[in-house]
Amino acid sequence: MKPAILLGAAMLACAAAVAAVEQRPGPQPSAPQTSSPQTPASQASAPAAEERLEVPPPPFTDGIFPCSACHKDLKVNRARRELVEMHTEIELKHDAEHRWCLDCHDANDRDHLHLASGELVSFDESYRLCGQCHGEKLRDWRAGVHGRRTGDWNGHKRYLLCANCHNPHQPRFKAIEPKPAPQRPARPGK
Amino acid sequence: MATNDGSPVPARTRPVTRRQFATCAAAAAAGFVLTACGPKRLYEMPRARLTQAIRDMEARYAAQYGTTVSVSDAPPIAGVEFAYALDISRCIGCRRCVYACVDENNQSRDSQVHWIRVFSMEKGKGVDFTEADPYYAPAEVPEEGHFYVPVACQQCKNAPCTKVCPTGATWTEPDGIVVIDYDWCIGCRYCMAACPYGARHFNWSEPTIPKAALNTNTHYLGNRPRPKGVVEKCTFCIQRTRNGRYPACVEVCPVGARKFGNLLDPASEIRYIIEHKRVMVLKEDLNTLPKFFYFYAT
Repeated sequence: MKPAILLGAAMLACAAAVAAVEQRPGPQPSAPQTSSPQTPASQASAPAAEERLEVPPPPFTDGIFPCSACHKDLKVNRARRELVEMHTEIELKHDAEHRWCLDCHDANDRDHLHLASGELVSFDESYRLCGQCHGEKLRDWRAGVHGRRTGDWNGHKRYLLCANCHNPHQPRFKAIEPKPAPQRPARPGK
Repeated sequence: MATNDGSPVPARTRPVTRRQFATCAAAAAAGFVLTACGPKRLYEMPRARLTQAIRDMEARYAAQYGTTVSVSDAPPIAGVEFAYALDISRCIGCRRCVYACVDENNQSRDSQVHWIRVFSMEKGKGVDFTEADPYYAPAEVPEEGHFYVPVACQQCKNAPCTKVCPTGATWTEPDGIVVIDYDWCIGCRYCMAACPYGARHFNWSEPTIPKAALNTNTHYLGNRPRPKGVVEKCTFCIQRTRNGRYPACVEVCPVGARKFGNLLDPASEIRYIIEHKRVMVLKEDLNTLPKFFYFYAT
Protein backbone atom coordinates (compact mmCIF):
# COMPACT_ATOMS: atom_id res chain seq x y z
CA MET A 1 0.00 0.00 0.00
CA LYS A 2 2.80 2.39 0.92
CA PRO A 3 4.25 2.95 -2.57
CA ALA A 4 0.77 3.79 -3.82
CA ILE A 5 0.30 6.40 -1.13
CA LEU A 6 3.68 7.86 -1.88
CA LEU A 7 2.85 7.93 -5.57
CA GLY A 8 -0.46 9.64 -4.83
CA ALA A 9 1.24 12.20 -2.63
CA ALA A 10 3.85 12.86 -5.29
CA MET A 11 1.16 13.37 -7.90
CA LEU A 12 -0.75 15.77 -5.66
CA ALA A 13 2.44 17.69 -5.02
CA CYS A 14 2.94 17.86 -8.77
CA ALA A 15 -0.59 19.14 -9.20
CA ALA A 16 -0.03 21.79 -6.55
CA ALA A 17 3.20 22.86 -8.21
CA VAL A 18 1.50 23.10 -11.59
CA ALA A 19 -1.32 25.10 -10.08
CA ALA A 20 1.19 27.39 -8.39
CA VAL A 21 3.02 27.98 -11.65
CA GLU A 22 -0.20 28.64 -13.48
CA GLN A 23 -1.45 30.98 -10.80
CA ARG A 24 -2.37 34.28 -12.29
CA PRO A 25 -0.07 37.12 -11.33
CA GLY A 26 -2.48 39.42 -9.54
CA PRO A 27 -1.71 43.11 -9.79
CA GLN A 28 1.00 42.86 -12.42
CA PRO A 29 -0.88 43.35 -15.70
CA SER A 30 -2.02 46.86 -14.97
CA ALA A 31 1.14 48.17 -13.41
CA PRO A 32 1.32 51.11 -15.85
CA GLN A 33 -1.79 52.56 -14.21
CA THR A 34 0.11 53.06 -11.00
CA SER A 35 1.27 56.42 -12.12
CA SER A 36 -2.17 57.56 -13.17
CA PRO A 37 -3.33 58.74 -9.72
CA GLN A 38 -0.86 61.57 -10.20
CA THR A 39 -2.89 63.19 -12.93
CA PRO A 40 -3.30 66.95 -13.04
CA ALA A 41 -6.90 66.67 -11.85
CA SER A 42 -5.93 64.96 -8.62
CA GLN A 43 -3.38 67.63 -7.94
CA ALA A 44 -5.95 70.39 -8.06
CA SER A 45 -5.43 70.92 -4.34
CA ALA A 46 -1.71 71.47 -4.85
CA PRO A 47 -0.21 74.98 -5.08
CA ALA A 48 -1.55 75.37 -8.62
CA ALA A 49 -5.05 75.48 -7.11
CA GLU A 50 -5.83 78.79 -8.72
CA GLU A 51 -6.05 77.21 -12.14
CA ARG A 52 -9.45 77.34 -13.79
CA LEU A 53 -11.48 74.22 -13.29
CA GLU A 54 -13.62 72.58 -15.87
CA VAL A 55 -17.21 73.13 -14.83
CA PRO A 56 -20.61 72.69 -16.44
CA PRO A 57 -22.47 75.75 -17.75
CA PRO A 58 -24.17 77.82 -15.07
CA PRO A 59 -27.82 76.89 -14.52
CA PHE A 60 -29.50 79.87 -16.19
CA THR A 61 -33.24 80.03 -16.63
CA ASP A 62 -34.00 79.51 -20.32
CA GLY A 63 -33.52 82.68 -22.34
CA ILE A 64 -32.34 84.78 -19.41
CA PHE A 65 -28.73 85.07 -20.60
CA PRO A 66 -27.19 87.31 -21.82
CA CYS A 67 -28.55 89.71 -19.27
CA SER A 68 -27.36 92.64 -21.36
CA ALA A 69 -30.00 91.79 -23.96
CA CYS A 70 -32.50 93.66 -21.78
CA HIS A 71 -30.31 95.57 -19.37
CA LYS A 72 -28.27 97.49 -21.94
CA ASP A 73 -31.23 99.80 -22.57
CA LEU A 74 -32.23 100.09 -18.92
CA LYS A 75 -31.09 102.79 -16.58
CA VAL A 76 -29.21 101.52 -13.57
CA ASN A 77 -31.33 101.77 -10.46
CA ARG A 78 -29.30 101.05 -7.37
CA ALA A 79 -32.19 101.46 -4.99
CA ARG A 80 -33.11 98.50 -2.84
CA ARG A 81 -36.69 97.72 -3.83
CA GLU A 82 -39.20 94.98 -4.49
CA LEU A 83 -38.88 93.76 -8.06
CA VAL A 84 -42.26 93.91 -9.76
CA GLU A 85 -41.74 93.89 -13.53
CA MET A 86 -39.10 91.22 -13.93
CA HIS A 87 -37.27 88.63 -11.83
CA THR A 88 -40.26 88.44 -9.53
CA GLU A 89 -39.51 84.77 -8.84
CA ILE A 90 -36.29 85.69 -7.08
CA GLU A 91 -36.70 85.75 -3.36
CA LEU A 92 -33.43 86.67 -1.75
CA LYS A 93 -32.72 84.49 1.27
CA HIS A 94 -28.98 84.81 1.34
CA ASP A 95 -28.09 87.25 4.05
CA ALA A 96 -30.72 89.52 2.48
CA GLU A 97 -30.36 92.06 5.23
CA HIS A 98 -26.90 92.99 4.05
CA ARG A 99 -27.05 92.19 0.37
CA TRP A 100 -28.61 93.41 -2.83
CA CYS A 101 -28.44 92.37 -6.51
CA LEU A 102 -25.61 94.70 -7.41
CA ASP A 103 -23.34 93.39 -4.67
CA CYS A 104 -22.67 90.43 -6.91
CA HIS A 105 -24.07 91.35 -10.34
CA ASP A 106 -22.12 94.09 -12.03
CA ALA A 107 -24.16 97.23 -12.78
CA ASN A 108 -22.09 98.27 -15.79
CA ASP A 109 -21.44 94.86 -17.31
CA ARG A 110 -24.57 92.80 -16.71
CA ASP A 111 -23.12 89.67 -18.27
CA HIS A 112 -20.54 89.42 -15.52
CA LEU A 113 -20.37 89.24 -11.77
CA HIS A 114 -17.88 91.21 -9.76
CA LEU A 115 -15.73 90.48 -6.77
CA ALA A 116 -15.38 92.81 -3.81
CA SER A 117 -12.23 94.10 -5.47
CA GLY A 118 -14.26 95.14 -8.52
CA GLU A 119 -12.69 92.46 -10.69
CA LEU A 120 -15.19 91.07 -13.16
CA VAL A 121 -15.72 87.32 -13.20
CA SER A 122 -17.79 85.34 -15.67
CA PHE A 123 -20.72 83.23 -14.52
CA ASP A 124 -18.78 80.03 -15.12
CA GLU A 125 -16.20 81.19 -12.61
CA SER A 126 -18.75 82.21 -10.03
CA TYR A 127 -17.08 80.02 -7.40
CA ARG A 128 -14.51 82.76 -6.98
CA LEU A 129 -17.30 85.11 -6.01
CA CYS A 130 -18.85 82.63 -3.57
CA GLY A 131 -15.42 81.87 -2.13
CA GLN A 132 -15.01 85.45 -0.94
CA CYS A 133 -17.24 84.64 2.03
CA HIS A 134 -17.23 80.85 1.94
CA GLY A 135 -13.49 80.45 1.71
CA GLU A 136 -13.26 77.16 3.51
CA LYS A 137 -15.97 75.69 1.27
CA LEU A 138 -14.07 76.85 -1.82
CA ARG A 139 -10.93 75.22 -0.47
CA ASP A 140 -12.75 71.94 0.17
CA TRP A 141 -14.45 72.14 -3.20
CA ARG A 142 -11.15 72.52 -5.00
CA ALA A 143 -9.82 69.52 -3.10
CA GLY A 144 -12.86 67.54 -4.23
CA VAL A 145 -14.35 67.27 -0.76
CA HIS A 146 -17.24 69.73 -0.92
CA GLY A 147 -19.79 68.97 -3.60
CA ARG A 148 -20.39 66.14 -5.97
CA ARG A 149 -17.69 64.70 -8.20
CA THR A 150 -18.27 62.44 -11.14
CA GLY A 151 -15.87 60.78 -13.56
CA ASP A 152 -12.63 59.05 -12.65
CA TRP A 153 -11.21 58.82 -9.14
CA ASN A 154 -7.70 58.78 -10.59
CA GLY A 155 -8.20 60.85 -13.69
CA HIS A 156 -10.61 63.28 -15.23
CA LYS A 157 -13.06 64.56 -12.63
CA ARG A 158 -16.10 66.60 -13.41
CA TYR A 159 -16.89 69.37 -10.97
CA LEU A 160 -20.11 71.26 -10.46
CA LEU A 161 -20.42 74.99 -9.92
CA CYS A 162 -21.71 76.14 -6.55
CA ALA A 163 -24.81 77.34 -8.38
CA ASN A 164 -25.49 73.93 -9.90
CA CYS A 165 -26.52 72.72 -6.45
CA HIS A 166 -27.22 75.89 -4.46
CA ASN A 167 -29.56 78.53 -5.79
CA PRO A 168 -27.38 81.61 -5.20
CA HIS A 169 -30.42 83.60 -4.13
CA GLN A 170 -31.58 80.91 -1.68
CA PRO A 171 -28.59 78.69 -1.10
CA ARG A 172 -30.06 76.48 1.55
CA PHE A 173 -30.72 72.95 0.29
CA LYS A 174 -34.40 72.22 -0.23
CA ALA A 175 -35.88 69.17 1.43
CA ILE A 176 -36.58 66.38 -1.03
CA GLU A 177 -38.71 63.29 -1.08
CA PRO A 178 -36.80 60.19 0.01
CA LYS A 179 -36.82 56.99 -2.02
CA PRO A 180 -38.92 54.16 -0.55
CA ALA A 181 -37.88 52.55 2.72
CA PRO A 182 -36.58 49.00 2.54
CA GLN A 183 -39.08 46.21 3.07
CA ARG A 184 -39.21 44.84 6.56
CA PRO A 185 -38.07 41.22 6.63
CA ALA A 186 -40.95 38.77 6.42
CA ARG A 187 -41.40 36.73 9.58
CA PRO A 188 -42.95 33.28 9.28
CA GLY A 189 -46.36 33.15 10.91
CA LYS A 190 -46.87 36.92 10.86
CA MET B 1 -0.87 -15.84 1.84
CA ALA B 2 0.82 -17.76 4.63
CA THR B 3 4.27 -18.75 5.83
CA ASN B 4 5.54 -22.27 5.61
CA ASP B 5 4.36 -23.11 9.08
CA GLY B 6 0.85 -21.88 8.18
CA SER B 7 0.73 -18.78 10.40
CA PRO B 8 -0.54 -15.59 8.68
CA VAL B 9 1.96 -12.84 7.79
CA PRO B 10 1.57 -9.76 10.00
CA ALA B 11 -0.29 -7.08 8.04
CA ARG B 12 2.44 -4.47 8.10
CA THR B 13 4.96 -6.72 6.38
CA ARG B 14 2.51 -8.04 3.80
CA PRO B 15 3.77 -7.16 0.33
CA VAL B 16 1.61 -5.11 -2.00
CA THR B 17 -0.12 -7.13 -4.61
CA ARG B 18 -0.21 -6.06 -8.23
CA ARG B 19 -3.98 -5.49 -7.95
CA GLN B 20 -3.70 -3.28 -4.88
CA PHE B 21 -1.00 -1.24 -6.49
CA ALA B 22 -2.98 -0.77 -9.67
CA THR B 23 -6.11 0.27 -7.73
CA CYS B 24 -4.27 2.82 -5.63
CA ALA B 25 -2.37 4.22 -8.59
CA ALA B 26 -5.63 4.62 -10.49
CA ALA B 27 -7.18 6.37 -7.49
CA ALA B 28 -4.22 8.75 -7.19
CA ALA B 29 -4.36 9.49 -10.90
CA ALA B 30 -8.08 10.20 -10.65
CA GLY B 31 -7.38 12.47 -7.67
CA PHE B 32 -4.79 14.34 -9.68
CA VAL B 33 -7.17 14.80 -12.60
CA LEU B 34 -9.99 15.97 -10.35
CA THR B 35 -7.73 18.42 -8.53
CA ALA B 36 -6.53 19.91 -11.79
CA CYS B 37 -9.85 20.02 -13.60
CA GLY B 38 -12.44 20.53 -10.89
CA PRO B 39 -13.87 23.92 -9.90
CA LYS B 40 -11.27 26.39 -8.69
CA ARG B 41 -11.18 29.72 -7.04
CA LEU B 42 -10.63 32.66 -9.30
CA TYR B 43 -6.90 33.07 -8.76
CA GLU B 44 -6.12 29.35 -8.69
CA MET B 45 -7.42 28.87 -12.20
CA PRO B 46 -4.95 28.74 -15.08
CA ARG B 47 -5.41 31.71 -17.38
CA ALA B 48 -6.87 29.70 -20.24
CA ARG B 49 -9.43 28.01 -18.02
CA LEU B 50 -10.44 31.28 -16.41
CA THR B 51 -11.03 32.79 -19.84
CA GLN B 52 -13.14 29.79 -20.74
CA ALA B 53 -15.04 29.91 -17.45
CA ILE B 54 -15.83 33.57 -17.99
CA ARG B 55 -16.92 32.93 -21.56
CA ASP B 56 -19.26 30.18 -20.35
CA MET B 57 -20.56 32.50 -17.65
CA GLU B 58 -21.25 35.26 -20.18
CA ALA B 59 -23.06 32.80 -22.44
CA ARG B 60 -25.17 31.61 -19.51
CA TYR B 61 -26.13 35.15 -18.50
CA ALA B 62 -26.79 36.10 -22.12
CA ALA B 63 -29.23 33.22 -22.47
CA GLN B 64 -30.87 34.03 -19.14
CA TYR B 65 -31.29 37.75 -19.72
CA GLY B 66 -31.45 37.93 -23.51
CA THR B 67 -28.67 40.48 -23.82
CA THR B 68 -24.90 40.64 -24.11
CA VAL B 69 -23.29 40.53 -20.69
CA SER B 70 -19.59 41.16 -20.13
CA VAL B 71 -17.89 39.65 -17.10
CA SER B 72 -14.56 41.28 -16.29
CA ASP B 73 -11.82 39.79 -14.16
CA ALA B 74 -9.87 43.05 -13.92
CA PRO B 75 -7.14 42.57 -11.30
CA PRO B 76 -6.26 45.06 -8.54
CA ILE B 77 -4.24 48.07 -9.63
CA ALA B 78 -0.76 48.12 -8.08
CA GLY B 79 -0.16 50.94 -5.63
CA VAL B 80 -3.85 51.46 -4.97
CA GLU B 81 -5.75 50.88 -1.77
CA PHE B 82 -9.32 52.06 -1.93
CA ALA B 83 -11.03 53.93 0.84
CA TYR B 84 -14.34 55.70 1.20
CA ALA B 85 -15.52 58.66 3.20
CA LEU B 86 -19.02 59.85 3.94
CA ASP B 87 -19.90 63.28 5.23
CA ILE B 88 -22.53 62.79 7.94
CA SER B 89 -23.04 66.52 8.18
CA ARG B 90 -24.27 66.56 4.55
CA CYS B 91 -26.25 63.34 4.13
CA ILE B 92 -29.97 64.08 3.99
CA GLY B 93 -31.12 60.46 3.95
CA CYS B 94 -32.74 60.57 0.51
CA ARG B 95 -31.71 56.97 -0.32
CA ARG B 96 -30.69 57.87 -3.89
CA CYS B 97 -27.50 55.89 -3.24
CA VAL B 98 -29.43 52.80 -2.19
CA TYR B 99 -31.30 52.54 -5.46
CA ALA B 100 -28.38 53.61 -7.66
CA CYS B 101 -26.48 50.74 -6.03
CA VAL B 102 -29.30 48.30 -6.72
CA ASP B 103 -29.32 49.27 -10.41
CA GLU B 104 -25.54 49.27 -10.78
CA ASN B 105 -24.88 46.06 -8.92
CA ASN B 106 -27.78 43.89 -10.07
CA GLN B 107 -29.31 43.32 -6.67
CA SER B 108 -32.46 41.31 -6.40
CA ARG B 109 -35.59 43.46 -6.55
CA ASP B 110 -37.90 40.86 -5.01
CA SER B 111 -36.95 39.49 -2.56
CA GLN B 112 -35.29 42.75 -1.88
CA VAL B 113 -31.55 43.10 -1.38
CA HIS B 114 -30.05 46.49 -0.51
CA TRP B 115 -26.30 46.74 -0.04
CA ILE B 116 -26.68 50.20 1.48
CA ARG B 117 -28.86 50.78 4.50
CA VAL B 118 -29.52 54.32 5.63
CA PHE B 119 -30.20 54.79 9.33
CA SER B 120 -32.07 57.78 10.67
CA MET B 121 -30.67 58.91 14.00
CA GLU B 122 -31.66 61.54 16.50
CA LYS B 123 -29.30 64.45 16.79
CA GLY B 124 -29.35 64.40 20.57
CA LYS B 125 -28.30 60.76 20.74
CA GLY B 126 -25.42 60.64 18.28
CA VAL B 127 -24.46 57.57 16.29
CA ASP B 128 -26.32 54.90 18.22
CA PHE B 129 -27.50 51.87 16.30
CA THR B 130 -29.81 50.70 19.08
CA GLU B 131 -31.93 53.79 18.52
CA ALA B 132 -31.50 54.02 14.74
CA ASP B 133 -34.38 53.56 12.32
CA PRO B 134 -33.73 52.27 8.78
CA TYR B 135 -37.45 52.29 7.87
CA TYR B 136 -38.06 56.04 8.15
CA ALA B 137 -40.47 57.27 5.47
CA PRO B 138 -41.39 60.93 5.90
CA ALA B 139 -42.73 63.03 3.05
CA GLU B 140 -39.50 64.98 2.91
CA VAL B 141 -35.96 64.60 4.20
CA PRO B 142 -34.03 65.75 6.11
CA GLU B 143 -36.37 65.58 9.08
CA GLU B 144 -36.03 68.09 11.85
CA GLY B 145 -33.72 66.88 14.60
CA HIS B 146 -32.43 63.90 12.66
CA PHE B 147 -29.26 62.96 10.85
CA TYR B 148 -28.55 60.01 8.65
CA VAL B 149 -25.86 57.35 8.60
CA PRO B 150 -25.73 55.17 5.49
CA VAL B 151 -24.01 51.86 6.17
CA ALA B 152 -22.64 49.42 3.62
CA CYS B 153 -19.63 47.10 3.72
CA GLN B 154 -16.85 48.86 5.61
CA GLN B 155 -14.15 46.93 3.68
CA CYS B 156 -12.33 46.24 6.95
CA LYS B 157 -8.60 45.77 6.90
CA ASN B 158 -9.03 43.27 9.73
CA ALA B 159 -12.22 41.76 8.36
CA PRO B 160 -14.01 39.31 10.67
CA CYS B 161 -16.11 37.95 7.82
CA THR B 162 -13.27 36.50 5.77
CA LYS B 163 -11.84 34.65 8.76
CA VAL B 164 -14.93 32.55 9.36
CA CYS B 165 -15.61 31.43 5.80
CA PRO B 166 -15.22 27.65 5.73
CA THR B 167 -14.66 27.47 1.97
CA GLY B 168 -12.37 30.43 1.40
CA ALA B 169 -15.05 32.01 -0.78
CA THR B 170 -14.45 35.50 0.58
CA TRP B 171 -11.15 37.31 0.96
CA THR B 172 -9.51 40.73 0.88
CA GLU B 173 -7.99 41.79 -2.42
CA PRO B 174 -4.65 43.66 -2.52
CA ASP B 175 -6.53 46.89 -3.28
CA GLY B 176 -8.48 46.46 -0.06
CA ILE B 177 -11.81 45.30 -1.45
CA VAL B 178 -13.36 42.38 0.40
CA VAL B 179 -14.80 40.17 -2.32
CA ILE B 180 -16.93 37.04 -2.59
CA ASP B 181 -16.61 34.31 -5.18
CA TYR B 182 -20.25 33.32 -5.61
CA ASP B 183 -19.24 29.98 -7.11
CA TRP B 184 -17.53 29.03 -3.88
CA CYS B 185 -20.04 30.42 -1.41
CA ILE B 186 -22.03 27.59 0.16
CA GLY B 187 -24.50 29.92 1.85
CA CYS B 188 -23.64 29.01 5.44
CA ARG B 189 -23.94 32.71 6.41
CA TYR B 190 -21.15 32.51 9.01
CA CYS B 191 -19.80 35.73 7.49
CA MET B 192 -23.11 37.47 8.06
CA ALA B 193 -22.98 36.48 11.70
CA ALA B 194 -19.38 37.67 11.94
CA CYS B 195 -19.97 41.07 10.32
CA PRO B 196 -20.65 43.70 13.00
CA TYR B 197 -22.15 46.10 10.43
CA GLY B 198 -24.92 43.96 8.93
CA ALA B 199 -23.33 44.64 5.58
CA ARG B 200 -23.68 41.17 4.10
CA HIS B 201 -26.91 40.03 2.53
CA PHE B 202 -28.25 36.61 1.64
CA ASN B 203 -30.20 35.58 -1.42
CA TRP B 204 -33.02 33.68 0.22
CA SER B 205 -34.71 33.17 -3.12
CA GLU B 206 -33.64 33.21 -6.75
CA PRO B 207 -32.73 36.87 -7.37
CA THR B 208 -35.12 38.76 -9.61
CA ILE B 209 -33.68 41.40 -11.92
CA PRO B 210 -35.89 42.77 -14.71
CA LYS B 211 -34.20 41.90 -18.01
CA ALA B 212 -34.22 45.51 -19.16
CA ALA B 213 -32.69 46.70 -15.87
CA LEU B 214 -29.69 44.36 -15.88
CA ASN B 215 -26.36 46.16 -15.77
CA THR B 216 -24.40 44.23 -18.38
CA ASN B 217 -21.03 45.65 -17.35
CA THR B 218 -20.13 43.19 -14.62
CA HIS B 219 -17.16 41.86 -12.69
CA TYR B 220 -16.52 38.26 -11.66
CA LEU B 221 -16.14 39.26 -8.00
CA GLY B 222 -18.76 41.98 -8.07
CA ASN B 223 -22.06 42.59 -9.74
CA ARG B 224 -22.45 39.56 -11.99
CA PRO B 225 -25.90 38.03 -11.45
CA ARG B 226 -25.90 35.86 -8.36
CA PRO B 227 -27.59 32.51 -7.84
CA LYS B 228 -29.95 31.72 -4.98
CA GLY B 229 -28.30 30.82 -1.69
CA VAL B 230 -25.18 32.97 -1.78
CA VAL B 231 -24.08 35.99 0.25
CA GLU B 232 -23.38 39.33 -1.40
CA LYS B 233 -22.29 42.81 -0.36
CA CYS B 234 -20.82 46.11 -1.46
CA THR B 235 -17.59 45.78 -3.47
CA PHE B 236 -16.89 49.53 -3.90
CA CYS B 237 -18.36 48.96 -7.40
CA ILE B 238 -15.34 46.85 -8.33
CA GLN B 239 -16.43 46.82 -11.98
CA ARG B 240 -16.20 50.62 -12.06
CA THR B 241 -13.41 51.46 -9.64
CA ARG B 242 -10.87 49.07 -11.14
CA ASN B 243 -11.46 50.94 -14.38
CA GLY B 244 -10.73 54.24 -12.68
CA ARG B 245 -14.32 55.36 -12.24
CA TYR B 246 -16.11 56.49 -9.12
CA PRO B 247 -18.60 54.11 -7.48
CA ALA B 248 -22.22 54.63 -8.52
CA CYS B 249 -23.27 55.93 -5.09
CA VAL B 250 -20.61 58.66 -5.20
CA GLU B 251 -21.88 59.92 -8.53
CA VAL B 252 -25.55 59.91 -7.60
CA CYS B 253 -25.39 61.57 -4.17
CA PRO B 254 -27.28 64.86 -4.61
CA VAL B 255 -25.45 66.54 -1.74
CA GLY B 256 -21.98 65.26 -2.59
CA ALA B 257 -21.60 63.56 0.78
CA ARG B 258 -19.84 60.51 -0.64
CA LYS B 259 -16.11 60.56 -1.35
CA PHE B 260 -13.87 57.89 -2.75
CA GLY B 261 -10.22 57.55 -3.60
CA ASN B 262 -6.84 55.95 -3.25
CA LEU B 263 -5.53 55.87 0.30
CA LEU B 264 -1.96 55.59 -0.97
CA ASP B 265 -2.15 58.73 -3.12
CA PRO B 266 -1.30 61.79 -0.98
CA ALA B 267 -3.19 64.02 -3.43
CA SER B 268 -6.42 62.04 -3.24
CA GLU B 269 -9.66 63.34 -1.79
CA ILE B 270 -9.64 60.63 0.81
CA ARG B 271 -6.25 61.68 2.14
CA TYR B 272 -7.35 65.30 2.25
CA ILE B 273 -10.34 64.31 4.36
CA ILE B 274 -8.36 62.16 6.76
CA GLU B 275 -5.75 64.88 7.18
CA HIS B 276 -8.10 67.88 7.45
CA LYS B 277 -11.47 66.74 8.78
CA ARG B 278 -12.88 65.14 11.89
CA VAL B 279 -13.00 61.49 10.93
CA MET B 280 -14.44 58.44 12.67
CA VAL B 281 -15.13 54.81 11.89
CA LEU B 282 -18.05 52.71 13.07
CA LYS B 283 -17.53 50.39 16.04
CA GLU B 284 -13.88 51.30 16.31
CA ASP B 285 -13.60 49.26 19.52
CA LEU B 286 -13.98 46.04 17.53
CA ASN B 287 -10.63 46.63 15.85
CA THR B 288 -11.98 45.79 12.42
CA LEU B 289 -10.04 48.72 10.91
CA PRO B 290 -12.68 49.84 8.40
CA LYS B 291 -11.61 51.64 5.25
CA PHE B 292 -14.95 53.41 5.26
CA PHE B 293 -14.65 56.71 7.13
CA TYR B 294 -17.36 59.02 8.36
CA PHE B 295 -16.53 62.68 8.67
CA TYR B 296 -17.95 66.07 9.51
CA ALA B 297 -16.95 68.64 6.91
CA THR B 298 -18.64 71.53 8.69
